[in-house]
This record gives sequence, C-alpha cells and structure tokens, in this order.
Amino acid sequence: MVIKMVEKSKYTKRMDGRKFDEIRPIEAKIGVIPSADGSAMFKTGDTVAIAAVFGPRVLHPQHMQNPEKGILRVNYGMMPFSVSDRIRPGPSRRSQEISKVTEWALAPIVELEAFPNTVVDVFIQIPQADAGTRVAGINAAVMALAHAGVPMKEMASAISIGKLDKTLVVDINKDEEDFREGEGSTDIPICILSRSKKISLLQLDGKISVKEMKKVFKMAKEACTKIHKVQVKALKEVGR
Amino acid sequence: MNVPEIQKNRIIEYLKEGKRFDGRKPAEHRKIEVKLGISKKAEGSCSVKFGDTEVYVGVKMGTMEPYPDHPDEGTMVTSAELSPIASPDFETGPPRIDAIELARIVDRGIRESGFINFKKLCIKEGEKVWSVNLDIYAINDDGNLIDAASLGSLIALANAKMPVYDEKEEKIKYDMLSDNPIPLNKNAMAFNITFHKIGDEIIVDPNREEEEISEWRLSCAIADNKGEAMITALQKGKESALTDEDIEKILNLVEDKYKKMFPKIRKIVFGE
Amino acid sequence: MDKRKIVVPGETIISGEEFLPGDGTRREEQDIVAERYGLADVSDKLVRVIALSGVYVPRRGNTIIGEVIDITFNGWIIDFGGSVNGFLPISEVPKYIAKGELQEFLDFGDIIVAKVQGTDGRSLDLSTKLRGLGKLREGMIIKINPNKVPRVIGKEGSMVKIIKDATNVEITVGQNGWIWVKGSKIDDELKTKKIIEFICENSFIEGLTDKVAEFVKELK
Repeated sequence: MVIKMVEKSKYTKRMDGRKFDEIRPIEAKIGVIPSADGSAMFKTGDTVAIAAVFGPRVLHPQHMQNPEKGILRVNYGMMPFSVSDRIRPGPSRRSQEISKVTEWALAPIVELEAFPNTVVDVFIQIPQADAGTRVAGINAAVMALAHAGVPMKEMASAISIGKLDKTLVVDINKDEEDFREGEGSTDIPICILSRSKKISLLQLDGKISVKEMKKVFKMAKEACTKIHKVQVKALKEVGR
Repeated sequence: MNVPEIQKNRIIEYLKEGKRFDGRKPAEHRKIEVKLGISKKAEGSCSVKFGDTEVYVGVKMGTMEPYPDHPDEGTMVTSAELSPIASPDFETGPPRIDAIELARIVDRGIRESGFINFKKLCIKEGEKVWSVNLDIYAINDDGNLIDAASLGSLIALANAKMPVYDEKEEKIKYDMLSDNPIPLNKNAMAFNITFHKIGDEIIVDPNREEEEISEWRLSCAIADNKGEAMITALQKGKESALTDEDIEKILNLVEDKYKKMFPKIRKIVFGE
Repeated sequence: MDKRKIVVPGETIISGEEFLPGDGTRREEQDIVAERYGLADVSDKLVRVIALSGVYVPRRGNTIIGEVIDITFNGWIIDFGGSVNGFLPISEVPKYIAKGELQEFLDFGDIIVAKVQGTDGRSLDLSTKLRGLGKLREGMIIKINPNKVPRVIGKEGSMVKIIKDATNVEITVGQNGWIWVKGSKIDDELKTKKIIEFICENSFIEGLTDKVAEFVKELK
C-alpha cells in the first residue's frame, strides 16, 4: 500500500488576522453621484469602487444601435493614485478586459427589451485599491443599476476566492495576492446571480485541483449571500 | 448640457435683481466640504465638494532625472480626467481640451505662486529628483470644476507625506511614509476663483446651467503679499471679450474675496 | 405585508397562486418576483412595483415638456430627457406651416408643451394641436426625477393647487419631469422651486400634503 503524504499548507494564518472564510468589512452606499441616473459606492476593506449609471439613453453612433433591445456598456478604470505605483490615467489592456468581463457579468440580469436603440452606460472607478477591484466594481455597478431604475431580473454579487499555497481563502487582499511561497497565490473572481444562483463572471489566474475548485464555488456562494444582504440593505435605506 | 433660451433669459433677469435660482447672491460660493485621505495608497489625497460638484485629488511621488536646465529641482506633473462618471456630457477616451486646460490652470496656480519648494525636492543634483504627480478626477460635475480642483490640489499637497527613498536600492519605499511633508512655501499659497459673466453680472462658483450660459470666464489665482491681494495666474476662457468695466469689477471682487476668503481657505488647506 | 415595502430586483414580493403579476414584476411558480427597484404595491390581487427612479417611459395622452434640438424637412425633433427623442410633425401644429418656414415657427432651443400621440419604444410622435400646448415664451424650467411627478401633481391636482395658491404662479408639470413655472415676481418663482424641491425630497413620507402645507406657511 502506498501512503500518500499530505503536505501541510505554508499559509496557515491570514496576514490580517481574518478567518479563512471571512470577508473584509463592507460598506455600501447609494446615490453618491447626483448627476448620474443611478450610483453607488462599495467598499471592502481598503478597496473602494464607485459606479455611475446613465440611461437608457440614445446611442450614438447610430450604426451601433440594436433595434431589438438596448445595449449595456461598461467602462472600468483605476485612478492613478489608487495604488502605490502610480498608474497612468486612461484605458489599459487590463482595464479594457475588466470592462468587458464586467459587461458580461451584468448582461444576464438587465432587461433592455423595452428600450431599443438605446444604451445603458455603467462607469466604474477605483479610487483606492487593495485587490479585488473588479468584484467590488461589479457589486457597486449592480447597486447603481438598480438605483437607476433599470429593469433587472435579479441582482448579482461578486467575490474573489484565493488559493494561497494549499489554503483556500475568501476575499484576498493585496498582501495575499503577492504571496509567493509553496504553490503561490491563485486568484478566482466569481460573480453569482442573487436568485437563480447562476455564475456570470469566472476567471482564474494560477493553479488549482478540480476537487478544490468545487470547494471554491461553495465558498463563493456563501460569501456572495453575505454581500447581497449588504447591497439590499443600502438600497432599502433610500427612500425612507 | 444644453440650456434652453427661456431658461437663459430667466437666469439673466434674476441676476439683474441680484438673485440666482438656488438663492445665492452673485458673489457667493456654495458650501465647501472636504474629506481627507480618500486613497491610502496616495501620499496625499482628498475629495472636495462645492455644493454638488465633487472632485478627487491625489498626490503620488516618484523620482526622475532632472531637466537639464534645472538640475537641482524637483518636478511636477498635473493631470485631470473629466471622467464620464461625473456628467452625461463627458465622454470616454483621451483627455480633451477642457480637461487639459483645467489641469493647466491648476498647475499654473501652484507652480507660479512658488507654493512647492522644488529645490528641496532634489535627491542628487543632475541625477535624481522627486517628481510630484498631481491627479485630478471629476466625480460629479455641477459646475466650477476648475476651482474645486484647484482647492483640492492645495489640500492634497498640504496633507501629503513624503515616502522614504532607499538610496542603496535606488527606489521608493511606498509602504514607508515618512513624517515629512512635501516642502511647501505656505505663505506663497494661491487659491483660484473663476469669475463668470452672465448678462450684465459677474458671478462666482457657477452651477452647471450658469457655467453653460456664461459669456466668458476669468480664472484668478489669488495669493497674499503682506496683507494685500496678489494675482499669480490668470486664464480667460470662452468666446466673448472683457471690457474695461469688467476688469475693474473683477479686480475689486478679487480684493473683496481675498479679504473674506483667504484666511478661511488657508484654514481649510493647512488645518490651522 | 408592509404597505410601503421597498423591494429589489429578484426579490419575492408575495407568494400564492391568487396573486397577479403587474408592472415591474413576474411570476415564478408560486412567487411574484420584483423586476425593478421600487415600492411594492398589492391592490386586490394585483402586485406591482412603483418605480422610485428610472427614465421616463412615455404613454399615449401624456403631457410633456421638451426642447427643440433639431429641425427636419417635415417637423421638429424634441428632447425631453427620455430614452428616445420625440418628433413633432408639421401636420401636428395648430397652424399651416409651409415647408422651409419651420424654423420661424419653432426654433432650436425653444421649449414646447406637447401631447404624446403614440409611441412604439423606438419613436415618439407628438402633437401641439390642442389648447394650452405649444411654445413657451418665458418662465423657468425645473427638472425633477420623473418618478416624482405624481407627488408634485397630487391627487386630482391637489398638490399643484397648494403651490398655485401659495405663490400665484402659472405652472405646467410635464409627465417627463420638466416643470414650467411663470410668476409675476421672481420671488414667487423661487418660492415655487423651493416647494417643488421639498416635495421631491420628502416624496415618500406619510401625510405629504399636510407637510407641504406646513412648509408653505414657514416660507411666508
């Protein structure tokens, strides 16, 4: 009989003292940008995202219009001073990719059949980043879309699950993202729809076993349920 | 933004009686609100609100080779983004002339007043100096982004801390902020007021509608010279031209605003 | 159920086969599910979500206020802050206009009151043929969230009446959230603006009419 040695993970305790399944403290707020049709701020730990929604509004140029339904357009960006090493303002390959995957994450929930030839613009900005900016951006954008009164089938929440050496953790921060020991750090951003529980964003950067991946989805679902509650609370506080 | 003709006429009629739609007097600012530290990753940062207008400003320090004509002086780069998050009128894409002009006005107000002591930002003459990166982001545009951005820049600079420069490794340790502020000449501070002409009246701190219909604007960086108002930068914008009478009115307004606002602005900037 | 419950998209408002899904809702087996953010309303068995926000959706017969932004060979393009622009054809103004004389009748930047003739989501046809419609020549335009319009008008126009009694202004409330106000004095218009802003800020409190009446008294 061959006895398989199970090696112990090199990541035994989280650097900021959280439990493995613990998300950072969350704050959420609606209506942070008065000029927008809908807006929201979503903060987890030191990561802050603000989102503004404009529309449905007439889409220019005309050749981009869809006569069957309105289109959703997302633009994500990080402010130059949001990270230690200043980022040059303006779009990068990274920000353009994140804009697109965010668009795909949000597309299944919005219903724009009643608004042909129009566009709903979602703008996401990150003033302060400590990893997980794309998922924070999605969480803010979903709230801003609801706040703007855009018809939606359901809401959505997103979280980043990390694998540090052999340990799975929820909501990784920048220090964890930079973990290099053992198998290093794997980042898995996931977006889960609030009612159907479908997955509308899924990316992975690193190495992970199939068995572990099953656990990742379970952890993500639990975390997203918690995040959803915070989003809903912020929306329900308005108008009171 | 497009302001309909009848609305424009009404705004002008109101101003003839010294009134504005939001109840302010022509030379009255909106409420100014400041929040420090909107990004922990910046060496200094803040948000500034003039009513519903809001800007974020962040300072990031870097190093570079000095310019040959100033081998012992640090440098500054000011950039502004009029991000479409702030207004239905802004578009995505590279900064357009309005964002470029805004950054230039803010930059000039700071540079020409001598607010930053660039000589003290020298690391090794002819080889390495500090560079100050000032980034301005419009968050919500309800008019007068120029003055909000200008004030935000002063506040972010005054509250910034220098990061540690590791001479051996020749790089900046961003996670080790020192207690040292950016070397500033506090007495040289200049703050910006942009005057707008609507009908026969001159107003300050316009909202979006007022800004849209004004004939010209004049941005003045106002500093103190031994208890007297001093102008350190000017920029006239938009298509109409100023008369002698306009100039006289503005110069009087500059003195008046200097007396009433300068101590308050100093307090906001330096927290004294 | 709480009468004034705010719901979010995807939330079950109420369960049971006897309920009917109305505006802003759908049925999912036993559940009536919200499809937009707003106030849930259950009247008899009809469940709907009253929007708190969102773009104005035009309906036939609505009175709206808009601005001429373009002139074509046979009519005017009107912006009213909706997701499409409106079209006022030359045949829908109360006067014969020869082609080529459109700009003299209604020019770029003019503000009009119009009725919605018909809409299919892609276009919107307007008319100014009835009395009280057409170009507005002076006054102030106040833009509000179109979802607050019912509160500014009040039950059978009760709120508008309070405003008029307090300020003596002429007022037209467009369903699209653009409000035209004209008073004989500037202060009357400013007062009207303050009252309208008060209504919008407090639109979801109980007994709004009384609160507005109080506010009006304080203004004097």
